[in-house]
Formats: sequence, C-alpha cells, structure tokens
Amino acid sequence: MAYGIRLRVWGDRACFTRPELKVERVSYDVITPSAARGILEAIHWKPAIRWRIDRLHVLKPIRFESIRRNEVEEKLSASNVAKAMKAGSTRAAKLYVEDIRQQRAATVLRDVDYVIEAHFDLTARATEDDNAGKHLDMFNRRARQGQCFHMPCLGTREFPASFALLEQDAPLPAPADELAGERDLGWMLLDIDHAHGMTPRFFRARMHHGAIDVPPWDSEEVRA
Amino acid sequence: MGAITNRYEFVLLFDVIKGNPNGDPDAGNLPRLDPETNQGLVSDVSLKRKVRNYVELEKGSETGFAIYMAEKAILNAQHAKAYKAENLESVAKKLPKEKEKADALTRWMCANFFDVRCFGAVMTTEVNCGQVRGPVQMGFASSIDPIVPLEASITRMAVTNEKDAEKERTMGRKHLVPYGLYRAHGFISAKLAERTGFSGEDLELLWRSLTNMFEHDRSAARGEMATRKLLVFKHSSALGNAPAHRLFDLIHVRRRNAEAPARQYADYVVDIAHDKLPEGVSLEEKL
Repeated sequence: MAYGIRLRVWGDRACFTRPELKVERVSYDVITPSAARGILEAIHWKPAIRWRIDRLHVLKPIRFESIRRNEVEEKLSASNVAKAMKAGSTRAAKLYVEDIRQQRAATVLRDVDYVIEAHFDLTARATEDDNAGKHLDMFNRRARQGQCFHMPCLGTREFPASFALLEQDAPLPAPADELAGERDLGWMLLDIDHAHGMTPRFFRARMHHGAIDVPPWDSEEVRA
Repeated sequence: MGAITNRYEFVLLFDVIKGNPNGDPDAGNLPRLDPETNQGLVSDVSLKRKVRNYVELEKGSETGFAIYMAEKAILNAQHAKAYKAENLESVAKKLPKEKEKADALTRWMCANFFDVRCFGAVMTTEVNCGQVRGPVQMGFASSIDPIVPLEASITRMAVTNEKDAEKERTMGRKHLVPYGLYRAHGFISAKLAERTGFSGEDLELLWRSLTNMFEHDRSAARGEMATRKLLVFKHSSALGNAPAHRLFDLIHVRRRNAEAPARQYADYVVDIAHDKLPEGVSLEEKL
C-alpha cells in the first residue's frame, strides 16, 4: 500500500441511505465505502485513477435523528408527454409541484467523524503522464489546503463534509469509548459496479474498536 | 457571460420575529427543532425554495431565467420543451443514445432554467434530460441559541360546515418562535459552474435573492423574517485556497447579554476575524 492516504471527514449530519430503505430514507450506521470514494473524488479524481477504500475509522458514537421534509414525487406517463409534444402544447402534460408533494422522513446520523484510509489504482485509461506519485501529490496538496473540485458531502448534498488531511506521521485519533469491542453491522453496500450495469456489491461490515476493514473489490467476501 | 472561475463560501444570517420559519411536518407543523440542542432548524430545501421564488419574481418570464421546480410548474412539460427545441423523440426512461444529443438536452435545460444552472436537477423522469449537479450547495440552517416555540390558540368567528353553525366559531393553532437568529452555510464550486454555465450575472442574482428573499415571502405563518447578514468568502482560485470549515470559524455570533433572552437582532454581536483571513481568500459583506 505504497500510495495510501488518510483523510479525516466530519460534519453535523450524514445520510448514507440503505438501498432497502430508500423511500423513507434510513441511513446505515456508518459511512459506506462508496460514499467515502465519492468524498475522495470530490477532492481529486481523474479517469486515470480509481480510488479503493481500505479501512474506515469511526470516531464518534453512532446516533440518529429524524427529519421529515416535503419532497416531490415525479411521474407522468410517457404517452401523455408524447401526446403533448405532438400537439405542441404543454397542456396534456401537467404535473404541479403542489400536487406531487410527498412528505418523506429521513433517519439520518448526527455529529459524525471518520477517518478514511484509501489508495488508488491506475486504470486502463492512464497514459504515460499518469504516474501514481503525481496524483498522490495532487490529492495531498488539495486536501491539505482545503481545496476541492466541489464540496464533498456526507451521503447527500445538504450535509456538507468538512475534511482535513491526516498526515502520514500523524497519529490516528482515538475512537469514542462507546465504540470499544466488536460490532457486526450486517451487510453493507461496498460500491456500485458501473462496469456491469450498475450492480450493487455488498460486504459483511464488522467494526472492531471503531475500525472497519473493507475487503478488496474482487475478493470472495464481496457479493453482488 | 462565461461561468464563474472562483470558489465561494457564504454565511447567511437571518432572523425571525414571532413567526414560524420552517414547520416540521412530523411535529404538527411546530418549528423545526434539533432534539439534542433545542436549536431551531431551517431545511436547505426551504431556503432554496425561497431563492427560486425570488428569481421568478424578479426575472418574470425573461429568457434564461425560468424556474424548473416552480410552484405550479409542469416538470415533464419542461423536459418536453427541451426535446422539442432539439427536435428529438422522447424515449421513456432512457437518455438519448447518442451522447451529443443527450448533452444538447442538458445544455438547453441549463441555459433556460436558473435553478438547474444553480442547484442542479435530477431530470431522470420519463422524458429524460439527464442529471445536472449544480454549483450551489446549501446546508441546514440552525439557530444560534436554543429556541422556545410557542403555541398560540386563535379563534375564527365563522365555521366551515353548515352543521357546525350553532358552534358559531372554530379554534385553531399557530406556532411561533418569539425570536430566532439562524445561520446557514453555502458552497459554490467553480468547477461545477463550468459545467452548467453558472455565470457572474447568475451569482449576483443569487446574492440578491439571498438578501431579498424574505421580503417577498410574507405570510401569516412566517411573522417577520429578514436577512441580516450575508458574508461571502471569495477564493482567488477555482479549487479554493482554504478549507471551508476554517473560514466559517472566522465568523462568530454571540449574544450581547447572555442573561436575558434574545428578542431582536441588536441582542447579537457578529465578530469577524478579518485579521485571520487566509491568504488568497477575500471576505465581502453583501449585507
């Protein structure tokens, strides 16, 4: 793991939605590797590299809060729209925000703080200019200065993620006492396989004193 | 006008006097509360709704400033407009196969709708225009101090149904916060602005809407709401020159007198650590 990085991310709220509970969103207990990858990509990413999450450290106790909001539910049959288009008028394709309102509750995490340990691989799209050291330097430089491509978020965009680089020689912050011991977090989303028709891949997440080892993408324990 | 080339962060301070800034549907429309701290909350989407309403008001039907998520808007009809403009047949739930055509649709949506350019939009409805991530991102606003929501019972000297005629009057409830000063944080990514074409002119319009949005959102429920301060951090580069959280820490809002409950904006002091501003970041006070 020559090209590893460690990034600390924290925020007031977070929502790493469980795919099975996504209408009224319920967050996983902890950040998913997929969300962690998204945060890294918000800071630095090029098609030449692919981030791999190695380990996640949970530093604060796991607490939840419920928020209910007005959201929109879209749905209009395509045939109606086709009709409207043919007629050149928008009359047949009406959908009013007031009428398509849905009140949805979200069970989100409060006051989270994580350390993401990750490295990257070069992909098939890497050219001769793409040496790993360059990308590593770029990531470290940006993370150190607080630079980012766009503000990273904790699951959804309304929960911005503050971030700071954990330097190579800096000690890992200690997790809260409540996180001592083993905890089985059940099956958790590892990431979405974009190469194979967006298949989600899952792994059995186990937390040991706040640390979760993320299995490699192609290992035995990862199930599609 | 080209897209903006600087990253920004902003701190928005707004207050409410005897009103309900954002009702919680889970709690019978009581003002939103953080259950752990009793601080008041205003959701990000509530603030974005007000920005959209202001822009609609100021720009009317001006080309390029339509609002996609308008109240009484017709979402798929908006998509249909894009298809029509680009002379495409809509294929249910699929982006047009050719990338160029799909890009043309997204470009058209960005060019015509202010809120798509600003906040982005998921346009994966049945008439599909793809997904746009906007440069402007806002978090939840929370009040500086814990708030105490009051419940006021009110009467109406009339009834709705004829069968209740002998009752002569009905009673209702109003929830209000006597006073609350709220703080919201926002982020603007220059790199995402590049993709949606969010321009300097759009940015000025956003600042105007943030300062004026409450002026045009009067209602019985809201009480008196006003933007009190809009502080903008401008980074000299597109990727930024300092971490956002460190910039937000430079602005400290405190009560003048911690003993008495706050009832007006003058009960608060906003301290700005101008001397600690990192290199490459400038602070503009828009209000």
